[in-house]
Amino acid sequence: MRIPCPICGTRDRREFTYVGAALPRPSDEEWGAGWDDYLHNRENPAGETRDLWQHEAGCGAWLVVTRNTVSHAVLGAELARGATA
Amino acid sequence: MRIAGRGPGVRPVSFSFDGRRYEGREGDTLASALLANDVALVGRSFKYHRPRGVMTAGPEEPNALVTIGRGAAATPNTRATVQEVFDGLEAFSQNRWPSLDWDLLALNDLAAPFLGAGFYYKTFMGPRGWWERVYEPLIRRAAGLGALSGRPAPERSEKAFAFCDLLVIGAGPAGLTAALVAGRSGADVILADEDFRMGGRLLAKGAEPGPEWAAGILAELESLPNVRLMPRTTVTGAYDQGTFGALERVSLHLADPNGLPRECFWRIVAKRAVLAAGALERPVAFRNNDRPGVMMASAVRAYLHRWGVVPGKRVAVFGNNDGAHVLASELVAAGVNVVGLIDSRHDVVPSGDFRVWTGTQVCNAHGRKRLEAITLRTPVGTERLAVDCLAVSGGWNPSLHLTCHLGGRPEWQRDIAAFVPTPGAVPGLRAAGACNGAFTLGACLSEGRAAAEEALGALGMTPKAVDLPEAPEAQYNITPLWSVPGKGRAWLDFQNDVTVKDVAQAAQENFRSVEHMKRYTTQGMAPDQGKNSNVNALAVLADATGQTIPGTGTTTFRPPYSPVSIAAMGAGAEGKGFAPERFTTSHRAAVGMGAPMIEAGLWYRPSYFPLRSETHWRQSCDREVQMVREAVGICDVSTLGKIDIQGPDAAALLDLVYANRFSTLKEGRVRYGLMLREDGFVMDDGTTARLGPEHFVMTTTTAAAGPVMRHLEFVHQVLRPELDVSMISVTEQWAQFAVAGPKSRELLNGLLDAPVDNDSFPFMACGDVSVMGVAARLFRISFSGEHAYEIAVPARFGEALFRELVARAEGLGGGAYGMEALNVLRIEKGHITHAEIHGRTTAGDIGMGRMIAAKDCIGRVAASRPGLTDPDREQMVGLRPVGDVKQLTAGAHLFDAGAAPLRENAQGYVTSACFSPTLGETRALAFLKRGRARHGEHIRMVDHLRGIDALCEVTDPVAFDPEGGRLRG
Repeated sequence: MRIPCPICGTRDRREFTYVGAALPRPSDEEWGAGWDDYLHNRENPAGETRDLWQHEAGCGAWLVVTRNTVSHAVLGAELARGATA
Repeated sequence: MRIAGRGPGVRPVSFSFDGRRYEGREGDTLASALLANDVALVGRSFKYHRPRGVMTAGPEEPNALVTIGRGAAATPNTRATVQEVFDGLEAFSQNRWPSLDWDLLALNDLAAPFLGAGFYYKTFMGPRGWWERVYEPLIRRAAGLGALSGRPAPERSEKAFAFCDLLVIGAGPAGLTAALVAGRSGADVILADEDFRMGGRLLAKGAEPGPEWAAGILAELESLPNVRLMPRTTVTGAYDQGTFGALERVSLHLADPNGLPRECFWRIVAKRAVLAAGALERPVAFRNNDRPGVMMASAVRAYLHRWGVVPGKRVAVFGNNDGAHVLASELVAAGVNVVGLIDSRHDVVPSGDFRVWTGTQVCNAHGRKRLEAITLRTPVGTERLAVDCLAVSGGWNPSLHLTCHLGGRPEWQRDIAAFVPTPGAVPGLRAAGACNGAFTLGACLSEGRAAAEEALGALGMTPKAVDLPEAPEAQYNITPLWSVPGKGRAWLDFQNDVTVKDVAQAAQENFRSVEHMKRYTTQGMAPDQGKNSNVNALAVLADATGQTIPGTGTTTFRPPYSPVSIAAMGAGAEGKGFAPERFTTSHRAAVGMGAPMIEAGLWYRPSYFPLRSETHWRQSCDREVQMVREAVGICDVSTLGKIDIQGPDAAALLDLVYANRFSTLKEGRVRYGLMLREDGFVMDDGTTARLGPEHFVMTTTTAAAGPVMRHLEFVHQVLRPELDVSMISVTEQWAQFAVAGPKSRELLNGLLDAPVDNDSFPFMACGDVSVMGVAARLFRISFSGEHAYEIAVPARFGEALFRELVARAEGLGGGAYGMEALNVLRIEKGHITHAEIHGRTTAGDIGMGRMIAAKDCIGRVAASRPGLTDPDREQMVGLRPVGDVKQLTAGAHLFDAGAAPLRENAQGYVTSACFSPTLGETRALAFLKRGRARHGEHIRMVDHLRGIDALCEVTDPVAFDPEGGRLRG
């Protein structure tokens, strides 16, 4: 598997650390469904997902990677900066 | 025997088989050399120990498996049809005792009626426990192939990566053409072929275009700088995004590897791929069709043309397709005594200078260790022919395995009675030639060209013209014949001893799905994965169940296509390759002082520093603790993570990642920080120093250095990209040493260029200092609970400073201390490590609930969840023994004094324990339900694993100097 890092170019997935679904952090001050969803509830779709990866053994950038869990195709990667907002 | 004037090379090569010396020729495989020496019997079968001979001339060989070499280096299950001979090669037959010729367990063959499919499921039902203890060991001893030596392999393998525009898999007519078109057009091409000589079936042809044409193409390919030829390289798997696994046999053919690795496992990333893997001929099942001397027609043809070897003096050919006729003609042309051609088809016009039986089948083979005769069933009766070699062709199966590796299923093509690949099953890969069902030479050549042109188009390149040679007009006619009906056992899977009867029995016992049949009979589950038997077996199953062949379907082909040694796949990942060692700058000094090292992640840290008089680690540990409490100790703490954080918003970032506030920290001061995960549990702790208005240095625990760095980058890059702050790990740039104990300042002032006192350096102060002319950082922080400092110098000065510090400490009645003493010191003080903050503890659990400041921070909201603030939660306490048993152990569970030590009565558990020389008793840290309200209570500690049952008193976690007076002053 290879991921197209917007900074470094296409690199082997061993350079990246997978973290999980790319979701916006809730702004709620109190615990509630928004936080519960952010921390625990996932769609687990058969199809396209957007996950966070870090190019840890490369430039260190946090990326949002779009990929297909059925075909395993990696459809793109963008800097996470603002992409989860 | 070898036909004079034919065959490979001229240089003789001397090798041995089962201890007997033979002569082969350079360019021989072990199989061709043995056949040239008229050796027909080469192995015993898996289950029945039937005598077996060479059956094929390629990697699909099911019978001729041998062990190469001796001792630890012995490699079992090597296919004699793949292994090249070299001077001094030692090969041994397998699964026989005492000898290949006289094998005691051949008795199994007589017991065959009781050993059919699934016999062990039915026979070995009881008594209970006998399967593991009795039956399985017995069966494993009786059945099998070669065995590993059980010793570490002395030779090394390698792994490597390659990238290309076009990967061509297979160097037969289609692959050579594809590589030539792409190579001439300027694409980066890798041409991989499992054979040591490229050319595929062209090498086994009696007429041009054949070996000479192939040699010409190869010469041109070799001259092209953009083409890489990889012989002896089997592409074993197709993976996502154009990645392929490949195994190169680098030095297995060399008498002296001269430092070369045995094998190399490649990961090849190709923008496009052409599969030109050819096809494998399939046998026909008939009674005793496994007798040595019964071979594939394609193998007889390959041995004749490529190696000049004919495996018998009286040869018959048995087939259901036109290929059998070509072989018979070529054998006659080579002067071989062809007894005749047996064609199962009725509508065949006999041609050629040999006798032809049409509408006839071979229904039995005679002879035990060597074929002596065959029985024919002709339209009018039976006939017996004396032959010592029978070439069989049941048609061809395209080698489409790689197209199924991403879940694709092949399609049945009726006119060739074979499965063919589904186009597009592997994105970017196109099948061409025989593996695509194109069984004529002309079709192979033109498909190879078309596949390359398509790939070039996809790559945006313009194909250059390539003229293809004239291929003779040919047609491939076949009438399927899977098995010849009759009594006795007819073999399907030679390598796992599965017969037509076994498959029929599976169907009868309702294992009717092809996947169930496979598992019940073990059809196709041997190392060859049923390369020449799966299609026959499912055809027999289809017949037995009354289904069609496409309706029955195939089993799933998974990587690897052929066996890959684990040593090659895992090359480089043993020992230090698996777990590299990280050493601190004081490592050499500590080892020199005799300190045993303990692993902390990849780091190595000293456990303790034994004196010559000390014989037990506890003596050293107790002394080191006392040393720190009474004089001064030195400990390398460089493994703790150090993160340099700078920028106008550095403080804002710290406020967000720490539960407590850092924006209020003054310059030149250090503060303890507690970090939460977003789910509200404790992530890590450590101290952070403010070196300047916009400059902080954070420390993390050794274990969490990586995760915390990643977390900070996450919070900054993903959550707060607007913060103007930068950070970098400086863990390895600074060597840092704890100087702990009442004499710590006295020691430091002997070293520092400007002495410090309590006014310039009070508790939790930090700043730049100069130590013996070297710029250093000094932090007055304490993990031991004593008046203590940590001094940091650039790593290159670490070893020198450590040696200096230890020497001076020894002069003051102290010395170096290790991890054991460090642990005791912190348990006495109730300081936490990851034994306590193990991922399931909250700030409240460890008594730090009030540190969560009234500001946004990671984990603040989730930490307010009811479950995390429940007053019934387990809270950290100290324990001291008050009963007869004085030993406390980490991992033990806590129960009320009167309660039975059962799970439902559990009140908590012990996380850390030690003998405290300072207090003269064992002390432990534990988590106990409502623990903070239970100080003074008696509780029962039970370690079920070690059998320890101790009565304890619950105490405050801080057992020593609770006021912290020793820190100050």
